[in-house]
Amino acid sequence: MSESTTATLEAAAVAGTRPVRLSMQQALNRALDEILATDPKTVVFGEDCGRLGGVFRITDGLQAKHGESRVFDTPLAESGILGMSVGLAMAGFHPIPEVQFDGFAYPAINQIVCQIARMNYRSRGTLPMPITLRVPSFGGIRAPEHHGESLEALFAHVPGLKVVSPSDPHDAYHLLKYAASRPDPVIFMEPKSRYWQKGDVETSDGGTLTGARVVRPGRHLTLVAWGAMVARCLQVAELAAEDGIDVEVLDLRWLKPIDAEALAASVGKTRRAVVVHEAPLTSGLGAEVAQLITQSCFDTLKAPVERVTGFDVPYPSGDLEDEYIPNIDRILLGIQRVLEYRRG
Amino acid sequence: MLHPVTTVTSMDSSLPAVATAGAAPLSPGQLRELYSLMAAVRHLDTAAVAWQRQGIIPGYAPELGQEAAQVGSAYALDTTLDFAFPTYREMGVARTMGVDMVAYMSTHKATWHGGMYDPVASRLAPIQAVVAGSVLHAVGWAHGQTLGGGHGVALSYFGDGASSQGDVHEAMNFAAVMKAPVVFFVQNNGWAISVPTERQVAGGSVAARAVGYGIPGIQVDGNDVVAVYRATRDALAHCRAGNGPVVVEAMTYRRGPHSTADDPGRYRSLDEERIDAGEDPLERLRRRLLAEGAADEAFFMAAEQEARAEEEAIRAGIEVLGPRPGNEMFEFVFQETTPALENQATRWREESEHV
Repeated sequence: MSESTTATLEAAAVAGTRPVRLSMQQALNRALDEILATDPKTVVFGEDCGRLGGVFRITDGLQAKHGESRVFDTPLAESGILGMSVGLAMAGFHPIPEVQFDGFAYPAINQIVCQIARMNYRSRGTLPMPITLRVPSFGGIRAPEHHGESLEALFAHVPGLKVVSPSDPHDAYHLLKYAASRPDPVIFMEPKSRYWQKGDVETSDGGTLTGARVVRPGRHLTLVAWGAMVARCLQVAELAAEDGIDVEVLDLRWLKPIDAEALAASVGKTRRAVVVHEAPLTSGLGAEVAQLITQSCFDTLKAPVERVTGFDVPYPSGDLEDEYIPNIDRILLGIQRVLEYRRG
Repeated sequence: MLHPVTTVTSMDSSLPAVATAGAAPLSPGQLRELYSLMAAVRHLDTAAVAWQRQGIIPGYAPELGQEAAQVGSAYALDTTLDFAFPTYREMGVARTMGVDMVAYMSTHKATWHGGMYDPVASRLAPIQAVVAGSVLHAVGWAHGQTLGGGHGVALSYFGDGASSQGDVHEAMNFAAVMKAPVVFFVQNNGWAISVPTERQVAGGSVAARAVGYGIPGIQVDGNDVVAVYRATRDALAHCRAGNGPVVVEAMTYRRGPHSTADDPGRYRSLDEERIDAGEDPLERLRRRLLAEGAADEAFFMAAEQEARAEEEAIRAGIEVLGPRPGNEMFEFVFQETTPALENQATRWREESEHV
């Protein structure tokens, strides 16, 4: 393809006449670029977010384009990054800080939980916190310790925070723009193992950006997932289809607030559900999802809601992470347990 | 430029030269105003402890002895530009900044965490209990001034106890690296509940740490309201001129208990208190005003009467302050509420009406 053809296609894509093929990294980068261009109050910052463009290159080129006052490096201190975000928000800015890896959100928990989540409440709504905290999240890249954690249940448990995780480039692009436009703090969990997979992005039409999304309709069972587990569940659904099992895959997207209506609609139809997440089992969001499903579908459920998750262990080293993260076989076995369930 | 770790008193003729060098000294009227403010704060503070004993409020953290540090520093603020970030013991700061004191004291009535005052209009961040948390907010707000071309300076209040928290280090380092216009105002009051400064701050000075951050640090006699005012004024001017942050450490003494639930007798004797506290900051200013002929006994009597009347009015306001409507529990969690929260609010309403 010639450069001019590429440029024409690109222009057409930008004009919204056809989708553009982007990796999630590119989609997020483009979203940030557009947010910075359209909202002069936005500031993007974190460790290595400036000249380097972030360790995952999500902020690549943004400092050169938007200037050092809009996109900047901070000292290596997560509490400082998040605490500073509070002050910037109080001064009328719309901060989009980055915590470089999920596990490094722990040093900032005080500022996230005691400050960001509560300032609107403490100030009786006079000091909103329009902060979008980007956190490269979840495992699957054989990284060192603290680089593969799933913190969604921890964040979702905190009053005052909203939590979202995109599963593909299209949603990543639109959900980031949407989150950054809202007046409340949003923890934006990016599935780092999916950064480099490409997908079609309809830049002009994001579709519905609140709530869950059915990414594959099916009749026999609902797989509920988010982040990197959505793609895996789609693979599982294809395999199950070969055995005549028609699996619906529901991408929850928003982990707070959870779309209870979408769960009710999907499982109300399929009457069986398996929740899949990377986080440890106990007190994971799978429990919350199972309760919501039970509440709305108790009378028609054909089996208890099954959970296929990580284990109650610290996230293991790279050599063992394939044993930890729900794999295709474990999800298929979970489906089998639900399908074979017989009332006692 | 300010020089690292300079100790100053109001009698000191070698105050560091800064952008405001040559600023007019305080007029007799301003000195009297400082006294009136300190008297109002002293009276309200003492009364609030009594309110707790009388069952009007469930608890209070007195600032007795810190009137000069709080009034002197806040008096230097330009409330059209600047913003202050308190912890929970800054009643004197709030009063000096002109905050609605019924709204401020409501936090001690257990009406609302953070107080009922409007922080934006008051230029005073909500009261909060994670003592070092707000220090970073001050840095962020200050950096916002740099980014937005504003001329405001953030005044961050914390104590020797909070200075042990990692957030204070991160805040000072961030501010120094970014040259953020923030004054770190440390009230070193000798005690973090029961733990004395020497078991909290090795080396005896928080200001001395400024050297490590490459920023100026000033240690000031925190019981000398004029010295505190001048040091803070100079520090604010230094920041406003684009020179980056300053640490001001006001050496003072917490004459009262940590809070109305505290019993200082378990960790310090009355003799120690008397010796370590030094001269009462109000008495010092009174002596000075008399010596300079800036005030007479009639003035002090009037100041006392005004303070009493003010406290009575605030107490009346506090006494009639009822609980907030329960729906506010739900209302202020988000700007945009969630279905789950709406459902909980609905259920709360139904169940609370049912019983």
